[in-house]
Order: sequence, then C-alpha cells, then structure tokens
Amino acid sequence: MKRDCGIPSNGTVKTERHDHKVSIETIKSTPDQQVTIIQPEKGWSALKLGELWRYRELIYFMTWRDVKVRYKQTLLGASWAILRPFLTMVVFSIFFGNLAKVPSDGIPYPIYTFTALLPWELFVAALSQASRSLVQNTNMVTKIYFPRMILPISSILAGVVDFLVAFLVLIGMMIFYKITPTANVWTLPLYLLLTLVTALGVGLWLSALNVLYRDINYITPFLTQFWLYITPIAYPVSMIPEKWRLIYALNPMSGVVDGFRWALLGNQQSAPGPMLIVSSTIAVVVLVTGLFYFRRMERQFADMV
Amino acid sequence: MSDTIIRVENLGKRYHIGTTVAAYQTLRETLGGAFQKAKEKIELLDSGDDYIWALRELNFEVKQGQVLGIIGRNGAGKSTLLKILSRVTYPTEGIAEIHGRVGSLLEVGTGFHPELTGRENIFLNGAILGMKRTEIEKKFDEIVEFSEVEKFIDTPVKRYSSGMYLRLAFAVAAHLEPEILVVDEVLAVGDAEFQRKCLGKMSDVAQQGRTVLFVSHNMSAVLRLTQESLVIEKGRLALRAPTSEAVDYYLSRGYSLEGQRIWQPDEIPEDAAPFQPVSVKVLNAAGTVVDTLRSVEPSMVEMEYMLNAPITGLRVGMYLISSRGEFIFTSFDTDEPGLFEKFSTRQPGRYISRCVIPADTLNEGRYIIGINASSYKIKRYFHDEQALTFNVDAAGAPGMQWPEPRLGSYRPRLDWEIKRV
Repeated sequence: MKRDCGIPSNGTVKTERHDHKVSIETIKSTPDQQVTIIQPEKGWSALKLGELWRYRELIYFMTWRDVKVRYKQTLLGASWAILRPFLTMVVFSIFFGNLAKVPSDGIPYPIYTFTALLPWELFVAALSQASRSLVQNTNMVTKIYFPRMILPISSILAGVVDFLVAFLVLIGMMIFYKITPTANVWTLPLYLLLTLVTALGVGLWLSALNVLYRDINYITPFLTQFWLYITPIAYPVSMIPEKWRLIYALNPMSGVVDGFRWALLGNQQSAPGPMLIVSSTIAVVVLVTGLFYFRRMERQFADMV
Repeated sequence: MSDTIIRVENLGKRYHIGTTVAAYQTLRETLGGAFQKAKEKIELLDSGDDYIWALRELNFEVKQGQVLGIIGRNGAGKSTLLKILSRVTYPTEGIAEIHGRVGSLLEVGTGFHPELTGRENIFLNGAILGMKRTEIEKKFDEIVEFSEVEKFIDTPVKRYSSGMYLRLAFAVAAHLEPEILVVDEVLAVGDAEFQRKCLGKMSDVAQQGRTVLFVSHNMSAVLRLTQESLVIEKGRLALRAPTSEAVDYYLSRGYSLEGQRIWQPDEIPEDAAPFQPVSVKVLNAAGTVVDTLRSVEPSMVEMEYMLNAPITGLRVGMYLISSRGEFIFTSFDTDEPGLFEKFSTRQPGRYISRCVIPADTLNEGRYIIGINASSYKIKRYFHDEQALTFNVDAAGAPGMQWPEPRLGSYRPRLDWEIKRV
C-alpha cells in the first residue's frame, strides 16, 4: 500500500492493518526524517516503551522541575522531606511505642518505625503526585504530543529525591542507636524498586481514572490512610498470625516494609521469602495492568481532561 | 519517494457532545448511568444525534517547502486539524501521514513554570517541545538573543511582563527547527514589534525550504505569507486554491455581498430566545443598502430584530472588526444613559436599532460587523462576530494624492497646521 512509502524494509516496526487497531508509529527512515502515521486507535494498544526511552531527557527535566518547584516557595524548603517522616515517627513512638507498648522485634521503637516510614512516605508522595499529574498538566496534555506516561513517571521519580534526603536521617539514627546494617543491606535498592513499581502501577491507574472521574482526588487521601493501617509501619509483621501472612502480603507495601527492616535492622533471622514473592507478584500485576489501562485511555486524555 | 510531506486521507474527528460540554463525569454518574448508557448506545446507533463531526472527509497533500494557509470561521475545525497533525488528539477515522518532526507555535510557553527562571524554562520547554539537551545548549544564546530578555534570564518568569514571557516562549518554539511548522494565531497576541518579528521568523522558516501550515483569521497575514490556502467549512474542505482566491471565497461565504445579512430561522440558536435577529444592513449616505461604503460620506448600520417577550436591560450593539481580526470598536444602542433609561425594559415587538458612522472615519479596506445582543451580567442572547462584511472605498479621503495604502483602520480628516518657527 502507498502509505508505507519511506518505511525501511528491515521491518523494525510493523504497522497494524486492521481498521480498528492501533497505529501511531514513528519510524526512522532517513537519519533525520521520521514518518508518522496517524490513525484511529481503539481497544488495547502496544505499550511503546521504546518511545519512552527516546523521551528520557524529558523525564529527566520534568523530574527536575518537580523537585525544584516543590520547595521553592515553602518556608522550610527541603527539610520537609525530613520533617514529615520524623514527626510521624515521634508521634508513633509516643503513642504506639511508649503508651500502647506495641512490640518492635527487640529493636528501639523509633528507628523501627522510621525505617518503615521512609519507603511509606515515598510511596504516599509518589502516589498522590502521580494521581494528579495529568490533571495538573492539562495545558501540556492538550497542546503537545509526548508519551503521557512521562507525567506520572516523573512525579514518582521526584519523590526519590526526598527519600534520599530522609535516608540521611536514618543513617544518623542508626549511628545514634548503634545499629549496624545487616549483610543484606545490598538488597535495599530492590525494595526501593518494589516501592516504585507499586507506586507507578497504582499511580498509572489513578492518574488515568482521574482524567475521567475527578472523584479520584477525594479517594486518594482516603486510600492512602486506609493503606497505612494495613501496612506494618506502626507494628511488626510478627503480630500478624502466621496463617494470614500470605494474604497480608497481597499488599505490596507490606513486603517492602518488611524487607527494609530485614535488610537494615536485622529484626528477623530469615529473609522475607514467600511474603516477598506474593508482594512482588501483585506489584508487577498492578504495574502491567496499569500500563495497559493507561495506554488505552491515553488517546482520550486531550479530549477529556 | 515523492516530496509529499503531509498526506491526509479521509480524515475525520467526531466528538461526543457530552465530552465537549461536560468534560468529565463523576464516578456516580458512570455507575448509575451504566445501564442507561448501554440502552442509549443502542438508540444512538440509529440517531447519531449526540455526536458532532468537528472534521470530516478531509483529503489533502502538502509538498515539501510549501507554505499553506488554513482559513475558516471559528469552530470550522482548523484547530482540530492541527491537533490531529501534531498528535495531541486522535482522529476518529481516516489517516494522516507525516514525514518529519512537527513543531507547532500553538504551544508557545507550554510547560513554562512561573517559579523557574528564564534559563531553566528554556531547557524545560525545549525538552517538552522535543529538543535534545545538546541541541538546546547549542542554540541557547540565539534563543536568549531573540527573546531580548538577557538581563532577566536568571529571574523567575513569574516576574516577567507578559510581553517578555511571550517573547521568551516564542523564541524557544521558533528555534525548534522542525520539518513542519504549524502556526495557529499566535500572531494575534503581542505588540506590533513582536508580531513583525514572528512573521519574519516564519518567512525565514519558509525560505529554508521547510513546510509551514499557517492558521489565522488575519487575512492580510495569510495573503502575505502563503501562496496557497485551504478553506475549511463545518469540518470539511470547501476549497483549496491560490490564497487570494481562497480569501475572497472565505470572505464572501456566509455573508451576503449586497451589504446585508438576513437570518434564516434555522441559523438562530435556540438559546437566543426571546431575542430573534432579523437582519443587519449597511447603508450609504443616500440610504441605499450597499456593500461598499465611501470613507468620506457618513454611513449607517441598521439592525432589525424581534423580541418575543419583554427583556430588561437589553442592549443591542455592534463590533467593528478589521479584516485582520482586530476589534476597532464596540458600540451599543443604549450606551447613552438617556436611551438606556427610556428602554430599560423593551416590550415584545419588532425593533430597529440604527447608528451613523460619521464621515472620515474608516480607512479603505474590508471590515466585518459583529452583533451582540445582551443584558449586562445577565445573559448574552445573541452573538455573531462575523455577521456581515463590507468594503470601504477611500476615494476623496485625506492623503489620496499619494497612491500608497495607509496603515491603520482609522482615516480621520485632521486639522493640521504648519508654522515656521
């Protein structure tokens, strides 16, 4: 067919031929010229992660913008990244640690809960930023083409910077409580990754839904509050009866928090095996479905937002 | 490979009326309406009433290096076309094939963040527009120079004047160097100097052999910059012709050439009730309806309308608009407090509101009359910004001994005095 003129024959990208199927394909034909085919898309579409990679500089700039702007007009600036988990830790330590005498696997309660609050705060911030990302950037969405996924992704990455700042406090606390990290500390990046995967998965769902239903703005704070209770932040996983642990692990954040404590504090002997597998599986399922759902809804964003 | 750079085949975009009006729904509406919707969907298959085609059965090709004008009334589908070509929105049917990067000046300043400095925004905006970081670094000085904001480059843009903001935004977009440049009405904003600069940049782009799609209501700019134009009417391609021909066609469409416009019942929107426009006419000094007025004679604009119920605080008036789309003035029949008192409530009936445009007011050229009937802060009953067009002939006007066209829409006869001091 005529429409294929200019597309190289090496077959790097195929154009779907069904009338009702996908197709915006960007193909490099000559070094500087792309051929773009614009056609209606219906139903489920390809993820086009390669395109995301080509736009990596935009992800970088958007993340950088989010970080830079967030604290620009706040009085305490970046110290918010420390204050939020720190103050939460103080309150938890007084009420749950001292008064309610919640056990903490023999570790001092403050550092026990702070270790959990770090990934948790990252998760909450990422989630709430991501769910609002499309609606907040309406003028970009309605005026320019770029892979829309960049918006939730960069708002999640911006949270990592806060996480790293708050992590310094944790190091200070470990020195204070004379706790040496376990030999398993190398697994920490994996738990961090699991946090991001979970946040991105849920964030993609919420951000796409938010374009269609503004209820999401009200649901998200409730959701995170609810989620806090079912995550072992103020209490240890060991409080959960053994037989319920795997069901408990359906919440990916419980696997993350458990892993953080295991890697840093060594509060238990064995690695969080089965629980972690369940948590990771769920996180990946949420991410993959989120990616596809987002792509499916993506083409309507400019018309709906 | 041919040198066709854009090919559009049978392109169409359909909007659900619901999605354009109520942009989003609440979850409750969806859950509650799920059953209802399924039912409606079946019904819609027959009626199709709830959809409007913003664009339909569009076919055209653009060759490499061509500068193509796109003209049409508001809502004709021009912006939808540009949005599809720049991939912001998807077509409902058809196909568009584009060779190369599309850069558009409809996105001037998109992604600019008020808290960031000019320098930071250049990088951010550049990345949003699809420039590589190295590319931005290379062009950075050029962009800053073009924008004329060197001194404030490290100041947050929220402290910029709107002119500076616009210049910086335009400078980034103008240095994108895409194969295809899409320009939509940016020239309507900014001061004259800035507009001149924008047009200059556009001609540069065109001369470098790149393709430009230029959408504007500014007919003189379209005439100056493009050789060929598309006229889009109600989402369809009405005409593709050399620009002068296309502009003539466009200006003559929808307005009668005889100097009057008569509204048919089906042209009046339902929400105009109880106001019902009948006609608008331009008359010369002798009281004849004409399509060309003389600058040196007084002329008259006459609006006739019906009121089907009493209206309080009604004002019926006109906009005078130049062919470049600039508003020259706005005037209402009850501007005079005495008249406003007298007609504080207009009873049902047939009315004529008429005014005189004094002699020696308008320069030669083509003008558009827009109509507005409203009660201030209560309701706008009827509004048509392109109700009628007419020409003005400058024969006998001041300064005609020089055959040059005079700038400006106003051609007053002023009392000059020359003294040797």
